[in-house]
Amino acid sequence: MGSTGGDRAILPTVLLFRRPDGAFSAALRERYRILDFRASGETLPAFLAAAAAEPEPPRAAIVVGGGSVLVDVSFLDALPSLRCVVSTGAGVDHIDLAECARRGIAVGNSGEVYSTDVADYAVGLLIDVLRQVSVAERYVRRGSWPVQGDYPLGSKLGGKRVGIIGLGNIGSRIAKRLEAFGCVIHYNSRKPKDSVSYKYFPNVHNLAAESEVLIVACALTKATWHIVNKDVLEALGKDGVIINVGRGAHVDEVELLVALKEGKIAGAGLDVYEHEPKVPAELFSMDNVVLSAHAAVFTEESRSDLWAYTIGNLEAFFSGQPLLSPVHADSLG
Amino acid sequence: MAMDSLSVLLLYPVNAYLEQELDRRFSLLRLWEHSPPDSLFRAHGSAIRAVVGYPGHKVDAALLDALPSLEIFSSFSVGIDHVDLSECRERGIRVTNTPDVLTDDVADLAVGLAIAALRKIRQADRYVCAGLWKAKGDYTLTTRFSGKRVGIIGLGRIGLTVATRVEAFDCPVNYYQRTKKEYPNYTYYPSVVELAANSDVLVVACPLNEQTRHIVNREVIDALGPKGVLINIGRGPHVDEPELVSALVEGRLGGAGLDVFEDEPNVPEALFTLDNVVLVPHVGSGTHETRQAMADLVLGNLEAHVLKKPLLTPVV
Repeated sequence: MGSTGGDRAILPTVLLFRRPDGAFSAALRERYRILDFRASGETLPAFLAAAAAEPEPPRAAIVVGGGSVLVDVSFLDALPSLRCVVSTGAGVDHIDLAECARRGIAVGNSGEVYSTDVADYAVGLLIDVLRQVSVAERYVRRGSWPVQGDYPLGSKLGGKRVGIIGLGNIGSRIAKRLEAFGCVIHYNSRKPKDSVSYKYFPNVHNLAAESEVLIVACALTKATWHIVNKDVLEALGKDGVIINVGRGAHVDEVELLVALKEGKIAGAGLDVYEHEPKVPAELFSMDNVVLSAHAAVFTEESRSDLWAYTIGNLEAFFSGQPLLSPVHADSLG
Repeated sequence: MAMDSLSVLLLYPVNAYLEQELDRRFSLLRLWEHSPPDSLFRAHGSAIRAVVGYPGHKVDAALLDALPSLEIFSSFSVGIDHVDLSECRERGIRVTNTPDVLTDDVADLAVGLAIAALRKIRQADRYVCAGLWKAKGDYTLTTRFSGKRVGIIGLGRIGLTVATRVEAFDCPVNYYQRTKKEYPNYTYYPSVVELAANSDVLVVACPLNEQTRHIVNREVIDALGPKGVLINIGRGPHVDEPELVSALVEGRLGGAGLDVFEDEPNVPEALFTLDNVVLVPHVGSGTHETRQAMADLVLGNLEAHVLKKPLLTPVV
């Protein structure tokens, strides 16, 4: 006599739209029946149609931003059983939040899992740009120190006014760190925060005009698309430095290139770009620019935290609890 | 006595503003304009009453013998391991340095090097510039900086400033120095080896003297281990450099961020091929703001000396 599932609970079905590593895959399959989109080789419409046609169609999906799968009206129409979307990232600009809210679909993101690493990277990029760490490194490695002598001077971090766009999980951690370096913290967000004593600027142009450093750390929404535009870059000025650890679309990349080429700002540290992984080649030869490959979140620690947190969100959903990190359209930034 | 009658010898064109002001305020001689240097000492040695120097030029009995009228040596640095202080004391020569004004910059660099080493910032920059993001996909996972245990050798001005910065990253702070003090938030270890064994990042921030030469030796490096990172913002001779190089090459030490070397400006070439080190050319105090403040301190000390007022930052 076989034991066809008699002594094992039926696992809920979860759709998976990102490539898992071994640890995540094993942890997921202990708890859920996984339908892996990438592994299926099917087109998105075919995959969703097949899932929707199952006797117990899936109620939850794990998604990720930056790829081709958008949780938009056509996605949601194709899978009416969906009640929960968990994104394995902080950003949720690939999800139509208003549509999900209309349909009563809970949306969760990665909460604060990434916040610390992104904040650390923003600080690391800023010190690199101001003190020219990467460029000085190249100077040493190509043997210039004995030949050309002392390396030129950089710029002191302490005392600089830092304008942070977005004082959420990431922005507030950046603020706490840079305060310890003697920076003066200014910020912009949709509403002032009573819990902090930093100077609030309702207008990003004014924030830039009164800061030597501008750091983008807000969510990407219609309102924050190109929030750093030509006008803001001009207000930041020729001694100003911009650090982008938000989304490429936060900054008008064409205008940024012009500003850098013409010396209208002093430098930049960029982890994100408008058309990743394409990076404008003009940036490669600029010594006042430090580039990264959307890697501010890439640590072993945040990766394993992420798997645990994502499963935490799913477990909360399946046991009828609120998600660990629910995202609402109006709770961003 | 008029300022411009003070004959000052500048050993090296270490800072344009400093040189310009020394020339403007005093009677300036530039060592490098004389070839050989001996010719300057023969012609002007007995008139020189002040010398402005920097870490690359030893102030020893030989130099002091050539300058019998020397009253004050002012170093454009906080470290004065290049100065024979007992010789200066014996001859009644005052010595000044440039503490405090460069503390922030050096501490900032220490933290910047640690983040760069752990998060591989310059490697990611190279990855993008070489077109590898498009060709090969995502960059590798690195390790988080926040929360790492930071061990500081020497909780002086610079060490304490490093401590307060890393505290903002929730890093537990450990330290070693000759005398234990009461720091409620920092954990004291009675030896550098024990400090290294209990830290993920080890920062050298003590002065260089006979006791601290090679304070980071093979035993300490092994205790720090294959996941540990050494940050040297002190002096090259604080670390046994050949031991450091072989530990890095062999993977016995996880990584390093180095601003100083035993034989500057020469850096061991074996380090150039390593992916787990960050190498910068003694730029700890290298910002416009700080070098100007250091220069002003040198100038202020010389002026105080001429006016017979208390020196601003005397060492001797």
